[in-house]
Formats: sequence, structure tokens, C-alpha cells
Amino acid sequence: MIYRRGQKVLVQGITGKQGSFWAEKMLECGTDVVAGVNPKRAGDSHLGIPIFRSAVEASREQRCDISVIFIPPTMARDAVIDAIDAGVGTIVVLTEHIPSHDVLEIFARARTSHSRIVGPNTAGIVTPGEGFIGIMPGHNPNIFMPGNVGVISRSGSLGTLMCLNLTRAGLGQSAFIGIGGDPIIGTTTRDALETLDRDERTKAVVLVGEIGGAMEEEAAEYARTMKKPVVSFIAGRSSPPDKKMGHAGAIVTGGRGGYASKRAALEAAGVRVADTPSEIAEFLSQAHVG
Amino acid sequence: MNLEEYAAKQNVLAPAGVPIPNGTVCRSAEEASVAVAKIGPSVIKAQVPIGKRGKSGGIKMADTPADGAAIASEILGMTIGGSRVERVLVEERCAIERELYAAVLVDVTSRSPLVLFSTEGGMDIEEVADKKPDAIRRHVVDVARGFGVSDAAVLLGDLDLGPAADAVADVLVKLYRVFCEKDAELLEVNPLALLRGGKVVALDCKFVLDDASTARQPELVKVASAPKMTSLEERGAAHGLRFIQLDGNVGVLANGAGLTMTTMDVIDHFGGRPANFLEIGGEAYTKAEVALDLVLSNPGVKSLVVNFCGAFARTDVMADGVVRAWETLKPKVPAFFTIHGTGADEAVKLVRERLGIEPYDLMEDAVKAAVEAAQ
Repeated sequence: MIYRRGQKVLVQGITGKQGSFWAEKMLECGTDVVAGVNPKRAGDSHLGIPIFRSAVEASREQRCDISVIFIPPTMARDAVIDAIDAGVGTIVVLTEHIPSHDVLEIFARARTSHSRIVGPNTAGIVTPGEGFIGIMPGHNPNIFMPGNVGVISRSGSLGTLMCLNLTRAGLGQSAFIGIGGDPIIGTTTRDALETLDRDERTKAVVLVGEIGGAMEEEAAEYARTMKKPVVSFIAGRSSPPDKKMGHAGAIVTGGRGGYASKRAALEAAGVRVADTPSEIAEFLSQAHVG
Repeated sequence: MNLEEYAAKQNVLAPAGVPIPNGTVCRSAEEASVAVAKIGPSVIKAQVPIGKRGKSGGIKMADTPADGAAIASEILGMTIGGSRVERVLVEERCAIERELYAAVLVDVTSRSPLVLFSTEGGMDIEEVADKKPDAIRRHVVDVARGFGVSDAAVLLGDLDLGPAADAVADVLVKLYRVFCEKDAELLEVNPLALLRGGKVVALDCKFVLDDASTARQPELVKVASAPKMTSLEERGAAHGLRFIQLDGNVGVLANGAGLTMTTMDVIDHFGGRPANFLEIGGEAYTKAEVALDLVLSNPGVKSLVVNFCGAFARTDVMADGVVRAWETLKPKVPAFFTIHGTGADEAVKLVRERLGIEPYDLMEDAVKAAVEAAQ
């Protein structure tokens, strides 16, 4: 789930408005986009990239390591299953509002495959200096800068702010991993944390969480075992219960998924939790990162 | 989206072939009296989307039509779980021998449907899970395989349900099937009653429709209880904006759920109170004009924070919308901007030149100033 230059990228939905716009940005940034999918335009090319009928057909002609899904919610299931059938290793699902039962089918299929799903409802992944996948401003040097801080975020907008703050403080990033704002996602906070822990370039991790679910608590169990410093910000402390805060996953119900439990679990694991976003860079400096 | 008990029974359980008691929905004391005359000794139950009806006095017994009328007029008009009771369900009273629990839900941890069963029905299942976790049996369903009679038999195992075991297994299989067909997040029957004579009947039912599946379940949307919204929230929904009205004094206009929640948290951190949640990220980022109008229409708002951090959303597009709306609405409340990310240079210039407001570099500074201005 860390993008490396040279990895071949397939864009499903490359001819759509957003797919086209972001494919171009990815290319500008150095991402190796090699193929696109649109069943109605198979055989054509778009932005100089060949278009195939399906991910399965694309992968017969061209190695595809990563696929990114720019497909509307009602058709997203079929697109992701196509990518799984094509044997794509990492599938980044940007689509928000995929019906829950379609999501269950996607994960049932993924379970018996070698594909890793990132998302749904993720803004994507960025490796500054190498490329990005998704709808993040990976091409903007004011926001992303190569370095050694790994960033995990459920939210794209807040993740962007965090990276921007780090860059301004002179702290570059080794990788940004957007895991997505849905309750059911393929790559959890803990999965991303384990990956960044194993990554040699990453010297410290910023974990940007949200209320809802128990992913931060599960990640805290792993953080306890880490030698690299981990600092965190959890959004939603002031959000009222029983209301979905934009993200389907960001909801506190029956006392579960609340801010206090996440903060306590992280602090017990030695993770400093910031009250406001700009404290993160200070915490990292105090931990002698940078 | 939630279905009230009667709607879930009529539109989910009955078509699936899950037995339910004989009953009628009534909107007045007269209707309830007629229903009891027809049904005999009855249970009269308040119909509300959420809330503890039993503890609130929303479930009562009626033996005669006169009882029925008196009880219905008592329950109709009550407020339970924040909702006014407008309907009661008059149902035949059953001779219950045992109360069981059955549910199917979308399970986040296993990323699969989960079938739950317990012989400790009738109680709040979270209480059972706390006190006697072993009393709840769980089956994680492989959606490719489904959930059949043999799976149900394994789940019920040695539970000693006597001759009713087959009927219970049959109900579980039907619940799983209709859970999938109707795009449920949760389908819960509590209690699933074992009656004298061995019959199995669903006495209560909770159904939560997946919010992302409403387009393919139009029939259920028609009978679902309308989400409770303030008039401002309704106006937002009509424009496809998720606006949550709060009772604070600092209005929030930000893009993306995470950044919006964070802006609210920072307001709270500096001693202010956020007046709303409003997401204008994703596809909604061009609707800044409508959004600003909504935020400023909230009567408690004394100041405004505009916090844009463009990733997917372009801050220049959002700022343009805000500037136009500002020029039309000419609001009196002071506004504090902080803008970063995609299109930020143009956005900052727009706000500075057209509104004469200098955006703050640091989000914390903008929020702090807004909190102070609101006091």
C-alpha cells in the first residue's frame, strides 16, 4: 500500500470527468499509468493511454500492479471484482456510497484472492517524489515533500492538512496512506501502521483517526510494540452522538466508537495525542524526528 | 433509515414468510377499539423509529374494546425517543413460552454478514452480551455460500429447543435471505417467541436499511420513518448537502468530513461552541453558495469559520461560491478564513480582494479569532 515508482497502474473509469482529470495529475506526478478501462471505448486511447474492455483484458496485455477505481457506486462492485479477477495486487477504491451488500460481496471475493483493497471511500495513497494514486494533491509541492514521516488518515481533507503542516515544518513524508471513511474498509489503521513500521524510509508515523468503529484502538495495540514514534490526532471529539459526521464510519452509537476510548487506548500505548492539528509537528520535533 | 415495527413486519417479515402475530395499525382510539373487538385480547404498541417503548409506557395490554380505546388515546401523542407517537400497532396477545433472539447484521470486523442467536430473548441484547457473552451464538456468513438450514442447525446445536428447533432454523434462514434481498444493515427479531403449542412468532422487529441502497429499495423508502430534521437540515438535504444543526455560536464552513469535524473540535478546544456540521467536500464542493446561506441562517451563529483544504475539492471554486454568496447575502457576522491546498493562491486572492478579509495562515488562529468574536 506504499506506491513505488515503476509500479504499473490501471485506471478503471479513465474517460470519466474525474478519472480523466486525476489520471493526468497522476501522470504529471510520475505515476506509471499504463492502461485504462471503459468497455464502450475498448481499443481507443485516452491521454495516450490504451483503453481496454475490462481489467482482465488489460492485465493480459500489460502488467498491472495497482488499479484505481473511478466508478460510480452502483457499478463499483463489478469493477472491483473485475480487478480482483485480473489478479491486480492492490485495488484503490475511491468510490463513496457503495451499497453495503455490494461491499460484502467485494470482500468475500477478495478474501480468496491475492488482492489487497484500499478503501472504499479513500482519497488514495501518495509517495512524495515517486507518485500518487487517487484524488490527493500529490503533485502539489506545498503540500507533499519527500521525507521520513509516514501518514495514515481516514479523511482526505484532514490528511491533506496534516501533510501540509508537516511540509511547512520541514518534515517530509515517506508515504501517505488514505484508508477511507467507510466503516468497512480493506486496509485498516493497524494494517497501514504495520506497513509503515516495516518500511525502512519511515522513521515516525502520524496516525490521523476519527470517531466511530474501533480501528484506532486496534492500531494502539500494535503501536505499543513499535520502536518508531507514533503521534496522533483524532477528529470528532465535539461531535454529537448518533449522527453520521459525513463519513458513514464516523458515528458514535450506544457509547461505542467515542473519542475518549480511542485517546485512552493510544496514550496507554505511548502515542501522544494532539488537541489541535498544528501540535503534531511539535510532537515530532520533540521526539527528535526531522 | 429505520422502519417502525409495523412497517418492518408488513414489508420485510411477512413477504419473507416469517410468522408474525395478527395485528392492525391504528391512528385513533376508535380504530383501536374496533381492532380489539376483532382481534380479542391484545397488546397495544406505540410505533416509533427508536426508543425504549416498554420502559416509556408505550406498550400496554387491552382485554376489551373499551380498554383498547382508552389505552390507544393514552399512547397516541406520547413522545418516545424524541418522536411523537402517531400510530399504534394492535396485535393479538400470544401465549409465550420462551423468548428467543435472532438477528442478521453487516459486521464490520469480519466484513461479512453475521447471524446472531440467543435463547435470552426479550432483553436488551447489549446487556446480554455484557453479562453472559456465551449466551449469544454467532455465525459469520460466507456470502458466496449463503446461510442454509444446515448452517442454522449447527448454530442452534444443542440448545434444546425441542420440537420448535426446525421452525426456528427455518426463521433464521428466511431472515438471512430477506436481509440480503432488502439491503439491510440490521434485521433484528427480539423477541422471537416460542408459543405454547410449538409455534414460533416474531413479536417485534427492527429493520435498518443501508443508506447507500435506498435507490434500489424504493418500496422500503416509502414506508421508512422520515429522518428527524430541522427545517434548515431539510433545506440542506434538498440541495444534497449534509447539514447538521447544533446549538453553538460559531458557524462552520469546511470541505470534507474529517476537516469539518476537526474545525468543530478546534472551536471547542478554544472554548467556543460549533453551530453546525456541514460537509461540502466530494461532489458537493461547488455548492458553497447554498452552504453559506444555510450556515448563516442558523439563528445562534455569531461568527463564522471558513476552513478549506483542497485535495479533491478546488478551494478557488469553493471560495468563488462563498464570495458570490457573501456579496448577495451581505451578512453582518464576522468571518475568519483559512485556505490551503489545491487552488489556494487564487482563493486567498479572491477573498482578500472581493471581501477585504485577510485569510489566516494557521487554522488554529482563524478559529481562535472566530471564537473570540462570537463571545
